[in-house]
Amino acid sequence: MEHLQNMNEVEVLLVEDNPSDAELTMRALKKRNLANKLFHVKDGAAAIDFVFAQGAYTNRRVENGPKVVLLDLKLPKVDGIEVLRQIKSDERTKTIPVVVMTSSREDRDLETCYGLGVNGYVVKPVEFEDFARAVSELGFYWLLLNETPR
Amino acid sequence: MRGERTITRKLMTAIMGTSIAVLVLTCAVFVTYEYVTFRKTVVGALMVRAEIIAANSTAALAFQDEADAREILSALGKDQHMAAACVYDKDGRVFATYPADAPTSLFPTAPEQQSYRFGDAEVIVFQPVVHDGRRLGTVYLKSDLSAMSERFRLYTMLVLGVVAGSIVLAFALSTWLQKRISKPLLALAEIARCVSEHQDYTLRAQKHGESEIGLLADSFNDMLGQIQQRDASLRKKEGEIGKLNAELEQRVIQRTAQLEAANKDLEAFSYSVSHDLRAPLRAIDGFSRILLEDCSDMLDENGNRILEVVRQNAQKMGQLIDDLLAFSRLGRKAVELSRIDMTDLARSALEDVNASDTASRPQVKIASIPPAHGDRVLIRQVFINLLSNATKYSRLKERPLVEIGGTTENGNNIYYVKDNGAGFDMKYANKLFGVFQRLHGPEEFEGTGVGLAIVQRIIHRHGGKVWAEAEVNQGATFYFTLPKGERW
Repeated sequence: MEHLQNMNEVEVLLVEDNPSDAELTMRALKKRNLANKLFHVKDGAAAIDFVFAQGAYTNRRVENGPKVVLLDLKLPKVDGIEVLRQIKSDERTKTIPVVVMTSSREDRDLETCYGLGVNGYVVKPVEFEDFARAVSELGFYWLLLNETPR
Repeated sequence: MRGERTITRKLMTAIMGTSIAVLVLTCAVFVTYEYVTFRKTVVGALMVRAEIIAANSTAALAFQDEADAREILSALGKDQHMAAACVYDKDGRVFATYPADAPTSLFPTAPEQQSYRFGDAEVIVFQPVVHDGRRLGTVYLKSDLSAMSERFRLYTMLVLGVVAGSIVLAFALSTWLQKRISKPLLALAEIARCVSEHQDYTLRAQKHGESEIGLLADSFNDMLGQIQQRDASLRKKEGEIGKLNAELEQRVIQRTAQLEAANKDLEAFSYSVSHDLRAPLRAIDGFSRILLEDCSDMLDENGNRILEVVRQNAQKMGQLIDDLLAFSRLGRKAVELSRIDMTDLARSALEDVNASDTASRPQVKIASIPPAHGDRVLIRQVFINLLSNATKYSRLKERPLVEIGGTTENGNNIYYVKDNGAGFDMKYANKLFGVFQRLHGPEEFEGTGVGLAIVQRIIHRHGGKVWAEAEVNQGATFYFTLPKGERW
């Protein structure tokens, strides 16, 4: 998938280390036809490289950011909170909507994320129907309904 | 210093008072004695003189010789204190006088028997003149008492002089004496003051001789010694206690750190339980669902059923993990105390329960119950859990009934939630409040067995107790206690 599309046209950046969760998320989005311009990275470092067009992603421009970043919190290398902090503290990227998708509803994480300026915080339901509904509604909202300054 | 003045003055007063009293008494006795003796002497001398004159006058009276009588009386001129004298004849008429020219009116009109009498400033003596048993006449003598007054004045002067001198001497002596007594006492008092002011038990009183004051100083020093010893041992003990306290504090700090570390571990544990256990469950449920969606035609009916069972169990486990997390979060939540209107809170909890369980609607009676003090959010959760249990377990009754009540007993409020539902066998009562402990199967009544564990944890965190009474098919009553609400 990575090689099939132009990096500057990515609309959804999915940051998820668990392949099962990633697959379920992509499946749910695909059902609503929202997964065409999705790019999946498996750790926080890759997510930062992608957003800031560095490392393996120098061929894309920072200004052409995704319409939404779906971010897991527990990630290898660099955790989700650090990714969020970096995105929200840079003038070029702080307008990119970031939705945290995590397994746990920890008050501490919630507070930290909202303090950093997160745009949404979703606890992934265990039940697949609930999970699929949550993901597709989320994608629908951020990709089709929401407007961001460009 | 007031004490000094008091003791000095007291001693001075005692010494001076005693010496002056003794002196005055002695002088009074002495003067009185002198007075009495002098009067006797004066009267005695006058009477002897009267007897002499009477003896000498016998012839003059017998021969009616006035000139001779006057001659005899004139001898009295040698006594300067003699005021007047006369000789009466046997008929009581004045026969001869002294001084010779004194008027007869000066003398008593009639002579008396042998006697003497004191007047204001004179003494009078009558002496009969007797010869051969016949009374020839009477001699009358009157002497002034100026000699006695003079002598008395002299004595008074003397006594006053002696008293004055004695007072001066007594004052000087007592000043010196009282200093010998009061000085060591005052020194002792000063030492006592220093000791109590500076808590310096090493001070000692100086001993002045072997008198009672010396003994007092000894006793005082003994006492100081004992106090010093006790003070030293007290200080030593204090030091030991301080050391023990410090050790204890250190240990508390260590334990607190260990506890904090354990708490952190626990938090990390529940975090990973929440995160890491839910992810695979989601995968199990999600992929089973995908299998059902994409490949159900490749599976027979039994295969489809088995996949459903897999999904149900994954979902059940998700619920268990969620409940377990809710339970563990409770342990970390700070209890925020305030006054709670328990009747209101029970009503609001009931609304929540009715909203989530629309299938069963028991009749609910809420009595007016005493206010408590506790964490509103947590106590609300207690009511929700107990009410939803009561609703759930009375569901199968024809007329399900739930009652909420409460009373105050021994400073604690006791509340209860009672139902007429399935109840339970009291021999399993000890299992009621354990996490994941259930007395009914999931086919009978759904649930994970965390609700009562949460109730118990909340009540215990409020310092209360929770227990239950029940009978199979007769219903159950759950009691809990909370501190009274009047303090707020």
